Amino acid sequence: MSSIHNPYLPELGTVIKIIDETPNIKSFQVVLNNPEKMKRFTFEPGQVGQLSLFGVGESTFVINSPPTRMEYLQFSVMKAGEVTSALHELAEGDQVGVRAPLGNWFPYAQMKGKKILFIGGGIGLAPLRTLILFMLDNRADYGDITIIYGARTPNDLCYKDELKELEARQDVNMILTVDAEFPGWDKRVGLVPNVLKEIAPSPENTVAITCGPPIMIKFTLQALSALKFNDEQIITTLEKRMKCGIGICGRCNIGPVYVCKDGPVFSLTQLKALPAEL
Amino acid sequence: MADTGFLPKEKLNTLLEALNEKFQVFVPVSEGDVVLFRRFASGVTLCLTRPANLPPKGIIFPQSETLFNVNFKKDPEDPKKTSLELKENLDFVPTIIFGGRPCDAQGFRIYDRVYLETDTPDPYYKGRREQTTIITLTCDAPSPGCFCTSVGRGPAESDGSDLMMTELEKGYFLEPITEKGKEILKDGGFEDGNTYKEQAQKAHEKVSALVKKPFAAIEGTPEKLLSLFDNNQFWEGETAKCISCGACTYLCPTCYCFNITDEQVGNTGERIRSWDACMFSHFTLEASSHNPRQNKHQRLKNRVGHKFSYYPKKYKGVIACCGCGRCIRYCPMSVDISEIVAHAQGA
Repeated sequence: MSSIHNPYLPELGTVIKIIDETPNIKSFQVVLNNPEKMKRFTFEPGQVGQLSLFGVGESTFVINSPPTRMEYLQFSVMKAGEVTSALHELAEGDQVGVRAPLGNWFPYAQMKGKKILFIGGGIGLAPLRTLILFMLDNRADYGDITIIYGARTPNDLCYKDELKELEARQDVNMILTVDAEFPGWDKRVGLVPNVLKEIAPSPENTVAITCGPPIMIKFTLQALSALKFNDEQIITTLEKRMKCGIGICGRCNIGPVYVCKDGPVFSLTQLKALPAEL
Repeated sequence: MADTGFLPKEKLNTLLEALNEKFQVFVPVSEGDVVLFRRFASGVTLCLTRPANLPPKGIIFPQSETLFNVNFKKDPEDPKKTSLELKENLDFVPTIIFGGRPCDAQGFRIYDRVYLETDTPDPYYKGRREQTTIITLTCDAPSPGCFCTSVGRGPAESDGSDLMMTELEKGYFLEPITEKGKEILKDGGFEDGNTYKEQAQKAHEKVSALVKKPFAAIEGTPEKLLSLFDNNQFWEGETAKCISCGACTYLCPTCYCFNITDEQVGNTGERIRSWDACMFSHFTLEASSHNPRQNKHQRLKNRVGHKFSYYPKKYKGVIACCGCGRCIRYCPMSVDISEIVAHAQGA
């Protein structure tokens, strides 16, 4: 009988709070039932977890709370398929399973002393959130922080209360945009890549970290290149259909690289070295 | 103790009976037109004259297995509250796989690097693998489609086998490869095989020379395949016949992809792992409806790429194909992976 750690066996957890972020996105704050394990739990910003709803299945989400705030683990879930739809039916107090942390993380150690440019769209702010909050909790380690975040409509912006706090902070340059004019919206209007071009941040001593829908990423990368960011200065985090989360089951590969284990965080240099199969 | 053994043909059944006392023994058995690995029992007729249709991979990596059971317990005070109990299934039985071919055993070596030699070893695979002894029979003739010598292996390649048998005129020459194999040899009370060693060696060389060689050398193939990644014309041409049925992956000793699903009936549930295949479009279909491998040429490219390019890139050049030829022999559309590789080399 084998006595090794079973990477397929989730830790049981309780949903302590559910936040309605947008009409189709909810955030779940989860605490592991075993207090000792919760206390010992560590992860790095950008790492993901498999959230289980027993009887339905598992899906992969980034842990979007930062490791500097360990009261709970937060996962934001867009209703899209079978598991995410079932997760949206959960109530506070319900039981889930957690397999985490999985995968790699944002290379924040190499970002110390640099200016940070976050570019997010829609639910793509979730993986950036963990790093944003982590950096704010270690504010002195980083230079100017600029966040460009957009969604289709004001209702589709995630973490609305936090966005207000970020806008109010003097040490963060928070830029919000929505795709089209909307009643009551008095901030920027325009697609994220276009707003990026308008603001035209300097690439000097800067790291750009981006996550969002594929079409936004595509044009954001073009805009960053036009602004003279080199590939090494651009970091993104990927999503794929995943099952095992430990680089075995075979579906999240891009050539020889497994997004669940070798990723999800990649620099543009790393991505360009892989076969084009996103 | 002699370091090799010899088993007269008429004593084969006695050996299996004896092994069956201590292990669950799987042997190749004819069932209608096919040869499959089945539990040994008295009176069972072995088929050792050709490789089994299905490799024995399912004995260590079952087609479907329960990873853990879930018990949902309703709180009698508050029926809306449910607590959960998970129970993993990690009990494994000492097992012998008897009469597979060396390529079948090498299939497990391809698995080992992925399932064991990692920072998160797979406890289900590990449990069964450790409990299993693999006794192979070297090939006395190539089967249609097989090309093991072209992928760095051969009809008497020992890697992966615990004990290797070679059929000679009057019996089997037994050569232990691992400690597990030595145990079998020690316990079997076999006669010394050393006088048959040379004869076995000659038999191996003779068969090796008969195995077809679809390509001269494998060196450079991983890089060449990568360089062809964006050549849709090449891949669409090579995969035109494929109907994405996935039979190749199910018959393959080295295909190891799986799916994980949940089942629930009333207050009990289970999480199940089942073989899956990169030939199916659902394999990579995301909830957003985006699919990185939507077209069949992308999927077959992944299968060829995984075996001949990605795996070797990750694991020191080892090709993740053992050349058993099953995917070629049994493909309903006559897709031939060795041909695709040969064409890629020449493209």
